[in-house]
Amino acid sequence: MSQYLLSTFAVEGEVPGAPAPEEMQEFMARVLALEAEMESAGTFVFGGQLHGPDSATVISGSGGETVMTDGPFVEAKEHIAGFYIIEATDLDEALEWAQKVVDAIRHPIEVRPFAATGRVADNMPSPDG
Amino acid sequence: MTGAPSPRGAVADVERVFREAHGQAVATLIRHFGDITIAEDAVQDAFVVASEKWKLDGLPPNPVGWIVTAARNRAIDQLRRAGRGRELERELDTQRPAVDITEPEESGPVEDDRLRLVFTCCHPSMRVEHRVALTLRLLGGLSVPEIARSFLVSEAAMAKRLVRAKYKIKAAGIPYRVPAEHDLPERLRSVLTVVYLIYNTGADDELRAPLRAEAIRLARSLVELMPDEPEVAGLLALLLLNESRIPARFVDGEPVLLADQDRSVWDIDLIEQGTGLVRACLRRNQPGPFQIQAAIQAVHCSTQHFEHTDWPQIVALYDQLLSILPNPIVSLNRAIAVGEADGPEAAMKLVEEVADDLTDYHILHSTRGVTLEKLGRVDEAEAAFTRAIQLAPTDTDRRLIERRMQRLATGRDPSGRQ
Repeated sequence: MSQYLLSTFAVEGEVPGAPAPEEMQEFMARVLALEAEMESAGTFVFGGQLHGPDSATVISGSGGETVMTDGPFVEAKEHIAGFYIIEATDLDEALEWAQKVVDAIRHPIEVRPFAATGRVADNMPSPDG
Repeated sequence: MTGAPSPRGAVADVERVFREAHGQAVATLIRHFGDITIAEDAVQDAFVVASEKWKLDGLPPNPVGWIVTAARNRAIDQLRRAGRGRELERELDTQRPAVDITEPEESGPVEDDRLRLVFTCCHPSMRVEHRVALTLRLLGGLSVPEIARSFLVSEAAMAKRLVRAKYKIKAAGIPYRVPAEHDLPERLRSVLTVVYLIYNTGADDELRAPLRAEAIRLARSLVELMPDEPEVAGLLALLLLNESRIPARFVDGEPVLLADQDRSVWDIDLIEQGTGLVRACLRRNQPGPFQIQAAIQAVHCSTQHFEHTDWPQIVALYDQLLSILPNPIVSLNRAIAVGEADGPEAAMKLVEEVADDLTDYHILHSTRGVTLEKLGRVDEAEAAFTRAIQLAPTDTDRRLIERRMQRLATGRDPSGRQ
């Protein structure tokens, strides 16, 4: 089993008009059904929606000096807007879930595998080989 | 040493066996070790040992089995040295008994391995040029310099491309198996497109002709591996029929258009093989883009004279192709066929319909040129040919259009022959 990040992006400055209530309802129904399906298949690990890039702060600096910068890490037009982390046996399975997410949210999804998951300590080789 | 092959024959045999064995050996080793690079390196090492040994002793009874076994032992050695050997040996021991080096490999799972590898190499999540390079390297057994030359990039760039492709397979977890039924049509289309692209890269350039042979070899093995998929047979038929005309395709290194080809030098044997496959496809009645394109080529190949070409039949096949593959290039090809069947006015109307979609495509402009010339609009024809020459992607394409344009100039001259 591997974990994959399925992320969707928002384009900066592109403010979609507020959806009609019935549209919003349909959207929520699709997403809830998808998440229920993920849950029962045991594929759902975690997920969430992010606040906009303007809410981000970058921290850097060393030697006791903290440097704070307002704004996101990467100056890009597209920013991650939300994501799921799922468990899948291989890319084909991850892509199938990604297609289901696309069908639910009607927005493109990037599928990216984790190189390692959990705490770094979890990924250290045990001393007896 | 009576009866031993001559050294040169032996070398040629060894090279042929390597090419044929590469895909199978790498595929089988990937199943054992779950890693493309380990498999590739071990097979390479086994080839080095084999080429020394076989030059002296001649080919063993089962060269492919020999390579697979030698490569597997080699990989275990390497992994043992890297510290993973003991664990791996235990795994392998539970899977299968120790294999004697002369024992033939079973062929069933081996063929499945090759099929798995085809689908891995052609996974649609990789960019097309990576799929092509990986297929040629792993299944075709071409060396990195050979592939680099074929795609006009440096060896370093091609090596990097292959490393990136293999990284994606490993990191993203692209599976090593034949896709599930519901994914098969899309995945198969990707495989067939890769093979067709390999063929076409060698199509109009005699220096890259080996790619054509490689594509045909790949298509033949796909037909063996997937006998129930009519599109696979359609692709092989299409390649064979295109290949049948190659002897007439070049005169003094310059390409010759279908209308001007010396049909007596077409390869009858390939035409018969291709046409036979097309007929078998028709009987199955599950048409697809490659089968229909093959059928179109079969119509072209069925007559000794361009003037006798059954154009209405070709237009009907393009209609069918358009219904399942609506795309402006197919529309343009249909327009050319309509021009032959119904005359230049009908063709012109259709060409103009796709002009906006294909504004940077040289064939659009050369087709406009030919059609305008037939309508007597010589100045416009000249402008169209000029535009086609500017857009021609290769020197060969450019020269072909230039010669066509010269004919226009000759036709214009009252004293010229036309």
